[in-house]
Amino acid sequence: MLRGKVAVVTGGSRGIGAAAAKKLASMGADVAVIYAGRAEAAESVCEKCRELGVQAQSYKCDVADFAAVKDTVAQIKADFKTVHILVNNAGITRDGLIAMMKEEDFDAVLDTNLKGAFNMIRHITGVFIRNKEGCIINITSVAGIMGNAGQCNYAASKAGLIGLTKSVAKELAPKGIRCNAVAPGFIATEMTGEQADNPLLKMIPMGKMGETEDVADAVAYLAAAKYVTGEILRVDGGIAM
Amino acid sequence: MYFESIAKIVSERTGCDIAVVKPESKFSELGIDSLDTVELLMNLEDELGIEIELDQKVETIDDLDKFIQSKQG
Repeated sequence: MLRGKVAVVTGGSRGIGAAAAKKLASMGADVAVIYAGRAEAAESVCEKCRELGVQAQSYKCDVADFAAVKDTVAQIKADFKTVHILVNNAGITRDGLIAMMKEEDFDAVLDTNLKGAFNMIRHITGVFIRNKEGCIINITSVAGIMGNAGQCNYAASKAGLIGLTKSVAKELAPKGIRCNAVAPGFIATEMTGEQADNPLLKMIPMGKMGETEDVADAVAYLAAAKYVTGEILRVDGGIAM
Repeated sequence: MYFESIAKIVSERTGCDIAVVKPESKFSELGIDSLDTVELLMNLEDELGIEIELDQKVETIDDLDKFIQSKQG
């Protein structure tokens, strides 16, 4: 279904990013995995993708760094010749009450989660315009829709991603470029940690946490849904409806 | 410097007579919006074999010409 396409996935060494990379590979896309720190984990994701018969390569890059993203995108273009799909998944949390939050904790979360997506889109859009096609999928969060106590920085970054998604969708639609977002709810990953006793779990209509593959399925849908743009697709067991 | 190349590509894109394209012509008057100028610049990159990053708005053919010259300088 995506044979001959090239996908770039940020934060691809684990969690939702790793699941998305493997899902896109299973659909036939070649995959460039961008990671921040875990080289071995990123390489392991690439290895699994290669077993599915596609090309895969890992790249170390801090997406918050504008110049570093430019260089990494240039390297990916050199290695894969082009890019068709961009999944902006890289994200961090620095939770805390706003009354006590350090400025650097607010900035770090905004820099990676929101500006990181801008940096990637900024440097890859030229390729999409040249190809007259492109698909951007931003991984936001239901926290960006509902807000979440103790996560003002994270929720703000994810709400910002929704505004970014819709603006980019409107701006680039005439060039055949789509931009959508997936808004996961509680997904079992290292980031969410041990949540078995979290009272919020009782608020999920479906009564359980989601899995990274559930989010990857939504990414796969948006990668292929050629008339869908500007959509924020919740994958949250119904918590934010 | 790059006027002829730009005029040729504009004419090909819009179907207008190349003689109509002047240095002072505004892209908007030629039916080319600001996003189209980004695409046009990419066509120019291919044609001229150079790489330029458009990081500012250009209004006229001459603006773009000067911009490319400044990046090549």
